[in-house]
Amino acid sequence: MAKAPKSRKSPAKSPSDDTDFALHSLQDALEKNKRFKASDEQLQHFYEQMLLIRRFEERAGQLYGLGLIGGFCHLYIGQEAVAVGLQSALTEGLDSVITGYRDHGHMLAYGIDPKVIMAELTGREAGISKGKGGSMHMFSTEHKFYGGHGIVGAQVSLGGGLALAHRYNDDGGLCLAYFGDGAANQGQVYETFNMAALWNLPIVFVVENNQYAMGTAVKRSSAETEFYRRGTAFRIPGMKVNGMDVLEVRQAAEIAFKHVREGKGPVLMECETYRYRGHSMSDPAKYRTREEVQDIREHKDPIEGLKKFMIENGSKEDDLKAIDKDIRKVVSEAADFAENLPEPDASELYTDVLVEEY
Amino acid sequence: MAIELKMPALSPTMEEGTLAKWLKSEGDEIVAGDIIAEIETDKATMEFEAVDEGTLGKIMVEEGTEGVKVGTVIAILAGEGEDASDIEAPAASGEVDDVQGEGKDVGREESEAEITKPKPKAEVRDPDVPEGTSYTSTSVREALRDGMAEEMRRDERVFVMGEEVAEYQGAYKVTQGLLDEFGPKRVIDTPITEYGFAGIGTGAAMGGLRPIVEFMTFNFAMQAIDHIINSAAKTNYMSGGQMRCPVVFRGPNGAASRVGAQHSQNYGPWYASVPGLIVIAPYDSADAKGLMKAAIRTEDPVVFLENELVYGRSFDVPDMDDYVLPIGKARIMREGSDVTIVAYSIAVGLALEAAEELAGEGIDAEVIDLRTLRPLDRETVLASLAKTNRLVIAEEGWPTCSIASEIIAICMEDGFDHLDAPVTRVCDEDVPLPYAANLEKLALIDTPRVVKAAKKVCYRD
Ligand SMILES: Cc1ncc(C[n+]2csc(CCOP(=O)(O)OP(=O)(O)O)c2C)c(N)n1
Ligand SMILES: [Mg+2]
Repeated sequence: MAKAPKSRKSPAKSPSDDTDFALHSLQDALEKNKRFKASDEQLQHFYEQMLLIRRFEERAGQLYGLGLIGGFCHLYIGQEAVAVGLQSALTEGLDSVITGYRDHGHMLAYGIDPKVIMAELTGREAGISKGKGGSMHMFSTEHKFYGGHGIVGAQVSLGGGLALAHRYNDDGGLCLAYFGDGAANQGQVYETFNMAALWNLPIVFVVENNQYAMGTAVKRSSAETEFYRRGTAFRIPGMKVNGMDVLEVRQAAEIAFKHVREGKGPVLMECETYRYRGHSMSDPAKYRTREEVQDIREHKDPIEGLKKFMIENGSKEDDLKAIDKDIRKVVSEAADFAENLPEPDASELYTDVLVEEY
Repeated sequence: MAIELKMPALSPTMEEGTLAKWLKSEGDEIVAGDIIAEIETDKATMEFEAVDEGTLGKIMVEEGTEGVKVGTVIAILAGEGEDASDIEAPAASGEVDDVQGEGKDVGREESEAEITKPKPKAEVRDPDVPEGTSYTSTSVREALRDGMAEEMRRDERVFVMGEEVAEYQGAYKVTQGLLDEFGPKRVIDTPITEYGFAGIGTGAAMGGLRPIVEFMTFNFAMQAIDHIINSAAKTNYMSGGQMRCPVVFRGPNGAASRVGAQHSQNYGPWYASVPGLIVIAPYDSADAKGLMKAAIRTEDPVVFLENELVYGRSFDVPDMDDYVLPIGKARIMREGSDVTIVAYSIAVGLALEAAEELAGEGIDAEVIDLRTLRPLDRETVLASLAKTNRLVIAEEGWPTCSIASEIIAICMEDGFDHLDAPVTRVCDEDVPLPYAANLEKLALIDTPRVVKAAKKVCYRD
C-alpha cells in the first residue's frame, strides 16, 4: 500500500552491493547460528510430526494402490522437515499458510486431525472438504490454512493477498506461502514479488526445492537454479536453507519471521529438499536413478537425521520406537475411518456452489 | 503381523496390469524403499516399491501373469519376529470383492435423496421507492462510484485496487474522488500486472477483506481469468463451504469505439458459464448503483461488467439512503404484449429504441433487461414469453455460445408450448471487431436489426 517501506535502503551503489544485499542480509544471521536450540519436548514434537507425515503418506500411497484414493495424489515423503520446521514457528490463530497441491504434510503439521484429511483423500462426506475437494484441495479456515491449490503458482499471489489482509487489518500476522521449484518459473510469482516488496507485505515466500517439477530436473527448467536469489530484482532478501534438517529450517524461520514482523517486508526462503516418491502416484520415475533416491534416503533423511541427533542427546531408542508404534496406530485409525465412512450424499451435489441464495 | 501386498493401481484409470517381474524372492529381507516387482500397464512399466519392512513370505502371483486385478494379493510379507515360512497364505482370489469400505465401488447405497438444484428465492423484487422520493439524474459512471463509496463508508473491509484507480482517478474516471475520501490504504494503485493483482485481490478476500478489483477493461482480465475462475469461483465448493471469497471484479466490457479487435469483446458469456460466479451487467444508473452495492455485499465472488459507451449516459437514480437491488432478477423495462425483446448492458438501449420504433408500426414490444447473467432470471423471461409468444434477444457480443444461445435453449426446454415463432437472436457479426469505421458499424448490433428481427417473429416483414 502507499506507506513507504521502512526498510527500503538507498539505491545500491554497485552491482556487488546488490549481490550482498540479496545474499547476505538474513543469510549471514543463519550462517552464524544454523541450528535451532530445541528443548527436549520440542525435539520430540518435531519427531512425532515428521513421522506422522511420513506414515500418513505411506498409508495414503497404499490406499491409492488399492483404488481407495483416486485422481492425483502428491505425497510429501522426504520433505517433512520443511513444513514442520516452518510451521512450528508460526503464531497459531494469527499467521496464515497457503500452498499448492502437495498439501497433506502442511495440514498435518498444523495438528489437524489425520482422520478428516484421510477421509478427504478417499472422497468421503467426513472429509475436511466434505469430499468435494480431494487431495489437492483442502482448507482449514479455523487454522488459517488457505489451501490446497491445483494451479501451479496461483498460491503465491493468493498468499500475497492474505499478507495484504494482515497488513490492512494491522493484526501483526504474516503469511507463509509455499511453492515448488517448478512453480518458481511462473510469471505471477514475480508479479507478486514486485507488489509484496512495493507494498512491504508481511509474507515469507518459501520455495520447496525438491529438485524436480514432475519429470523436469531444476537445471533443465531454470536459468537461475539458486532460487533464493530470485528476489534480488525486487530487493527481497533471500535465504538458502537445508530443508532436510528440521532444526535448520526452524532456525531460518525464526530469522525470517522476525524480519517480516518488524515490518521490513517479504523474505524469500529456498528450502533444499527431496521427494522420494514419484511426482504423483502415476509417475514412471524414469528421470532419475534409483541410486540417487536411495542415497538421499540413506544419508539425508530428515527423520533419521533428527533421530540420530536425539539419541546422541540422550533419547532412548525404545522411546522413539514407541512413538513410531503410536503413530502407526493413529494412521491406521485414520485409514479405517477414511475407508469405512460413506461417500457424500447425492444431495450435496448442488450445495456450496454459492454461499447466498438469489 | 503379516502384511498382504496387493496389486497396486499406478494411475487413476488402471484396473488391471501385468506382473512383469519379481525382483525379490521368497525369504528375502525387504526394507522400505526396495523395489519388489515390476508391473506393466498399457501405458508404462512401473516399479512396485516396498513401504513396510519384513521378509518376503509367499509369492501369490507368478511373474508374467497378465490381467492381475488391482487389489489382488500378490505376496505376503512377514513382519518382525515372524517366520516367513509359517505364514498361511489366504486363498488366492483374482477378484476384488466389492465390500463396503474396501475396493473400488465403495460408498453409500444409491441415494434416495433428490438431487436438488437451488431454487430462486421466491418473490424478491426491487425495493419499493417510497412515494414522494425525489430522483437525481446521474451518469452511470457516477452511480457506480457512488455505490462503491457508500459501501466503503459502511464497511471498513471494502477497498478498491487496480491500475490507475487512485491518483489518476480511474482510467475511465469511475473511481473519481475515492482516493481523496478514503486514502491510499483503501484505494490502491497497482502495477500493470493483472494476473498478480487479481490473485492478490482474491487472496485478500479469502483472508476476510472485501476487495473491489478494477480491470482497466475486461480485455486485460484474460491474463487474470485463472484467478477469477480457478481461485475465486471454485474455492467455496472445493472446500465444502469453508472458504469465502467475496471479491468484486469490475470494469468496462464489450465493444468501445474504434479501438480494434483486442480491445472490443464481450466476456459476459464466458463468465456466465462458470458455476460459483455471480455475473452482473447493468444498463442504467439506478441499476448500476443498486447492483454494485449488492455485489459488494454478497459473500460470493462477482464479475461486474460495465460498458464504456454507457458510462457517460445519465439516468434518474432515486434519492434513497441505501438503494440495494436483488441479484439474479431481471427488470421489465417496458411492458408490451406482442413480442419480447431480451437484452442486457448496452443492448438494452437498442432494445428500447427498437420498441419505440415498433410501437410506431403498431407492434407492442416488451423489453426485459436481464441485469444479472448468472444466475439468470429464467422465470421472468419465460413469463414474458408466455404472454407475448414471440421472443428476440439483442446482445452486443458474438452470437456463438452467447447469452442469446442460452436464452434460446431455455425457451426451447421450458417455453416451447408458448412459442408462435422461432426465437431469434440479434448479435454482433461473428468476426473480430474491425477498426475501419464502416466495417465496425457493419459488425456491431444496431437498432434497425433489432426492429427487423422483431417484425420477422411477428410475421410482419
Ligand atoms: C498452471 C499449471 N501448469 C501445469 C500444471 C501441471 N503440473 C502439476 S504439478 C507440476 C509440477 C510442479 O512442480 P514443482 O513446482 O516443483 O512442485 P512439486 O510438485 O515438486 O512439489 C505441473 C507441471 C498445473 N497444475 N498448473
Ligand atoms: Mg519440485
